Amino acid sequence: MAETLDRVSVGKRVVVKEIEGGFGVRQHLSNLGIHIGDRVLVKKHAPLGGPLLIEVHGSEVALGRGVAARVRVEEE
Amino acid sequence: MRIALAGQPNCGKSTLFNALAGYRTVTANFPGQTVRYNMSKVRLHGVTLEIVDLPGTYSLTSMDLAEVEARNYILSGSADVVVNVVDASLLSRSLEFTLQLLEMDRPLVVCLNMMDEARRKGIEIDSNTLSRILGVPVVETIASKGVGLEDLVATAIEVGKRGIRGRSPEFHRDIEKAIGEVEAVAGAAAEDMGVPARFLAIKLLEGDEYFLRELGGQPSLIKEVRRVQALLERTHGRPHDVIIASERHAVAMNIFERVARVGEPVRTIQDRVDDFLMHRYWGYIFLISILVGFFYGVFITGRNIEDPIVSAFESLIGWMEGRMGEGLSFYLLKGLTEGLAGGIGIVMPYLIPFLVGMALLEDTGYLSRMAFLMDAFMHRIGLHGKSVLPFVLGYGCSVPAVMATRVLETERDRLVTAFLAVMVPCAARTTVIYGLVAAYIGPIAALSIYLFNILIIALAGRLTTHIIPEVTPGLILEIPPFRLPVLKAVLTKTWFRLREFVLVAWPILIAGSIVLSILEYTGGDVAVNRLLQPLTFLLGVPQAVGTTLIFGILRKELSMIMLFQALGTMDVSSVMSAVQIMVFTVFVVFYIPCVATLAALSRELGWRRTGLICLATVMTGLFAALLVRGLFWLFSPLYR
Repeated sequence: MAETLDRVSVGKRVVVKEIEGGFGVRQHLSNLGIHIGDRVLVKKHAPLGGPLLIEVHGSEVALGRGVAARVRVEEE
Repeated sequence: MRIALAGQPNCGKSTLFNALAGYRTVTANFPGQTVRYNMSKVRLHGVTLEIVDLPGTYSLTSMDLAEVEARNYILSGSADVVVNVVDASLLSRSLEFTLQLLEMDRPLVVCLNMMDEARRKGIEIDSNTLSRILGVPVVETIASKGVGLEDLVATAIEVGKRGIRGRSPEFHRDIEKAIGEVEAVAGAAAEDMGVPARFLAIKLLEGDEYFLRELGGQPSLIKEVRRVQALLERTHGRPHDVIIASERHAVAMNIFERVARVGEPVRTIQDRVDDFLMHRYWGYIFLISILVGFFYGVFITGRNIEDPIVSAFESLIGWMEGRMGEGLSFYLLKGLTEGLAGGIGIVMPYLIPFLVGMALLEDTGYLSRMAFLMDAFMHRIGLHGKSVLPFVLGYGCSVPAVMATRVLETERDRLVTAFLAVMVPCAARTTVIYGLVAAYIGPIAALSIYLFNILIIALAGRLTTHIIPEVTPGLILEIPPFRLPVLKAVLTKTWFRLREFVLVAWPILIAGSIVLSILEYTGGDVAVNRLLQPLTFLLGVPQAVGTTLIFGILRKELSMIMLFQALGTMDVSSVMSAVQIMVFTVFVVFYIPCVATLAALSRELGWRRTGLICLATVMTGLFAALLVRGLFWLFSPLYR
């Protein structure tokens, strides 16, 4: 079942399946180590619709909800 | 020999640079660009070295100006050797950057920095194997503790002398074939540009905007590139830029698996601190304490230093007046002294503690945590989390607030944040609010000015977002591990930024001050008042107020001091009504930032945008002042 990253609850590990959006977003995400096939751990949600904190390849990245909604993921 | 340091943000590159650099460090601009880099000359191992600290970027594509400039610098061959600084704890991700460097075919050393952090994360790296795979030396360092630096420098010198270039690992066969096809037709172009043919071919296949633009005059070449791209897209079922990027990613992951072993991470105090700092309740309580503490720290330190210095300068001017009389030479000297005083007495006392605090927030990594926590709020006015700092600082002094916009990634965000942050009432404007509104009308009126100010800024933010929409879909920000700051790095950073103010803003402040002094001497104030009559009429304030607004641009509190002089009385309420005082103060709070701030703005954004901000603040000021005037008129029956 594919869902978007912004809907994944805290503490879950997921695998990136697809990244929607333009060249800029894809490039930016890939620069921070987020690619298709990568395993991502959702660590925190900032309150009031704020960004989420994920762990990927040993580093932590904050993603706004809008960005996270463009990342399709699947549970492991 | 010239050594260039290249690496991703937060990899400890600046710490390394500061550890190696001598005291004669200069900050330079890339020709014609706003992108800056630091350079230092040192003598190490009997060789005179020029160490260049290139801007930290995540990749070497054409994402932004810094990337293009860093890439061009490396390609130009200005540096004899490139040191790729890598955060060893993030090796898998960082290797993609290293691969991009290898493609450029320049003498290269890989510096595995932050080995201590890697060990904490349970990552064991076999640097010998890594060196064998990449074909370049790999040196392990811990820059913050000075470990491995000797070895690094010696290796870099050796690599520079022998020109060891390494090799970029091969991609899958079909990709290599595509690269070969493009290489065959782009060879001549690559030679003209002085770049490796394979590198150019890869960039063209990636759809790199910079190189496609450079080769725009060769339609047959571009056509061939498009053909090969289309072919790849068909077989891979993905956009062409993703194909190369994921290929590099695959190679990087493969290398990582061969050289690194990941064990159990040691859970450290840092992790626990982080849980607290980013907690959904405690995080905010701590954030507010930090912001309030930072603000008061800057404000109180500044105040305590400012007062004695300013009064010393004032008595100096009084003494000069007594000795010299009111001739032109006195006015010139007075202008000069006031300009000097403005720098030493007003800006420096706030700037130095601010710059130290700012460097601490940056170097510990708290700034990005702040952005994480505040993102949701700041989005409401079209900004994102990182913009919160300039606003808070704005209550102290606008100069550091403007400088703090540097932490924002896009030009749009820097522009909008700077525009909004300069309208936050700084300490000088607080003096005006207190001295006029609180003194003549009352504390509640003064408080209402602050609230009104926040409301107007939020409105202006929303409106600006309509005009210049946000380009990014949202926050994408690395949260680096919490780190203890290195004293030398903090002090160097502070010094660099302070020097910028001294060299750029101060001369402008002094020049402006002399011009105003001459204006005062020649009696040009009458002409100024006449010129500003439409404005004073619109605001419904006495015509004599005109010049005070010009003086206010020099230093905001001069608006009030000159008001007493212009009106010829120390009791403003005998000449101006409460409404007039409110309208005047509101306008003073918003319109054109002071000269020192203007200089800082021009440094960060360029003169054209500074002009734009001036215009926008005057419009906002006018709107806000007229709104106050209108509201008073509407509700005036209640006051009678």
